[in-house]
Amino acid sequence: MFFIQLKNLYKSYGSIKALNGLNLKVPKGALYGLLGPNGAGKSTALRIICTLLDPDSGDVEVAGHNALIEEKETRRRLGYVAQEVAIDKILTGRELLLLQGDLYHLNKNYKKARIEELIERLEMNEWIDRRCGSFSGGMKRRLDLASGLLHEPELLILDEPTVGLDIESRAVIWGLLKELKNNETTILLSSHYLEEVDELSDEIAIIDKGKVIASGKPDDLKKKLGGDRVTLRVREFSDELEAESVRKLIKNINGVSNVVVNKKQGYSLNFLVQSNDVISNLSECLAKENFDVFALSHSRPSLDDVYLQATGKTLMDAELELAGKRDLKLENKKSMR
Amino acid sequence: MIATNSSFSQGKQSRNDLNEIFQESFALTWRLFIQLIRRPSTLFAGILQPLIWLLLFAALFSKAPVDFLPGSSSYGEFLGAGLIVFTAFSGALNAGLPVMFDREFGFLNRLLVAPLSSRSSIVISSVIYITTISLLQSFAIMATSAFLGYGWPSLGGFFLITITLLLLVFAITGLSLGLAFVLPGHIELIAIIFIANLPVLFASTALAPISFMPEWLGLIASINPLTFAIEPIRMAYHNSVDLKLVLINAPYGEVNGYSCLAILFILTVGLFFLIRPLLNRKLA
Repeated sequence: MFFIQLKNLYKSYGSIKALNGLNLKVPKGALYGLLGPNGAGKSTALRIICTLLDPDSGDVEVAGHNALIEEKETRRRLGYVAQEVAIDKILTGRELLLLQGDLYHLNKNYKKARIEELIERLEMNEWIDRRCGSFSGGMKRRLDLASGLLHEPELLILDEPTVGLDIESRAVIWGLLKELKNNETTILLSSHYLEEVDELSDEIAIIDKGKVIASGKPDDLKKKLGGDRVTLRVREFSDELEAESVRKLIKNINGVSNVVVNKKQGYSLNFLVQSNDVISNLSECLAKENFDVFALSHSRPSLDDVYLQATGKTLMDAELELAGKRDLKLENKKSMR
Repeated sequence: MIATNSSFSQGKQSRNDLNEIFQESFALTWRLFIQLIRRPSTLFAGILQPLIWLLLFAALFSKAPVDFLPGSSSYGEFLGAGLIVFTAFSGALNAGLPVMFDREFGFLNRLLVAPLSSRSSIVISSVIYITTISLLQSFAIMATSAFLGYGWPSLGGFFLITITLLLLVFAITGLSLGLAFVLPGHIELIAIIFIANLPVLFASTALAPISFMPEWLGLIASINPLTFAIEPIRMAYHNSVDLKLVLINAPYGEVNGYSCLAILFILTVGLFFLIRPLLNRKLA
């Protein structure tokens, strides 16, 4: 059974297409990771699921309810921890949680007990009665997570929950998410941290340019690549012509597959090898054609390799590329209610 | 251990929309008052500014011939009603600012993700807050005015003043909240507040009666909502409360106390109807 289903979602901010036919199915009780560079459309998708934003077209179903029509039913079921922590600087942490409890119509005794429970679990005792304006990024994020969990939502949505956080806060949040994962809470988490998604998620979807380009269990996606990842450079800074010649040469070697030229990283070549023997063959082949080996690295495949395979660039490069194209002011303006 | 959704229903109030609206409106209003208590400068500034006006303006025109001022024995007494209304007006005009800041800093999203029983709670809390602040500020001006020897209204007069101020504050609060959802940011809202504040005051009967004004300004003053609030309050200070009395000799005719209140009431209802579709859209 799927707890969230997104069908053909489209959303544009002016001329920028944030979502371009996004389809997603999140199983009930899963911790589902959305991986992609900043600007890929993850936050837009999450804001639509949270009923904060209407798509230009497409369907959104949450717990069997049409989230675009049955908004209140959807809201009752979810807790949302936004990327930009919006807290009232004048209130104390506890006052903010009490306010949150009233917005979710919790009764007095339950609300107080639940707040104490969350303060304890998220290790907020020492500072919860201080004004939010004095909190560090990690403290704010923990408080925000506590408000998202206050009403025990069936669905917890976290937008980049640990971006820019100190190690202690990150450990606390990861610990809590792992605990929640063992209960029946469905968690949808967006991140551009590979290790976070890899470590926490049962399933993931990789989003690029507003649509899903790969989805499944992280291990399955990595296995699908069919071998170990090799990065080869014949010179420190190669050129397109040379890289293309090497690509043609090595793609015919037995046991080599998925050869990609990575322009952003000095025309290095990324490919998969079936076994270590293939590396020996490769070196011989290159030597025979008078190509040097400036650098050669060999590793188990990561989610970054899955992304690289699908898009021809690493997640980091995609982020740098998108960073220059985004008009954050326009996006903020368009998303402001 | 962090519990999950199973016990949520136990923690919920019994489902009653009115209870829920009360709970969420009270919580949101309480938040605004906590802000005020911990950051009271806006409250004091709102009292201080009209007080300075009262002291300086009354002194400036203290030797003006009072015979021309209808029903007043001094310019300070004449000015009092205008400044009470101006205080309420300025306070209400700022109603949109907290909402605008919540929009800009994303706090509004926190409210909009919550399953509020009615999104009107957001508006209701702002109205309660601003009304209380504006009335408090206005009463502070009344008290100071009395202390300076400019009089104090009868019980009926006090009741009339409160009703008049409430109508004006509701209308201007509605307008300001509407602007807070239409304008792109707080800079624009503050600019409008700055631009509107003094001209609206000068183009009313707060500082001088219509008879002092050139015809064009008299016409503007006689359709200015502030004038419809100032004159009943001025009457509450000077006469026994009789709403049948003609309070404004406007170029288009005579306006009595009932008409003043009716116009303010229509303005309030009209403005709320005008901004309703906007609020529905923004808070949908």
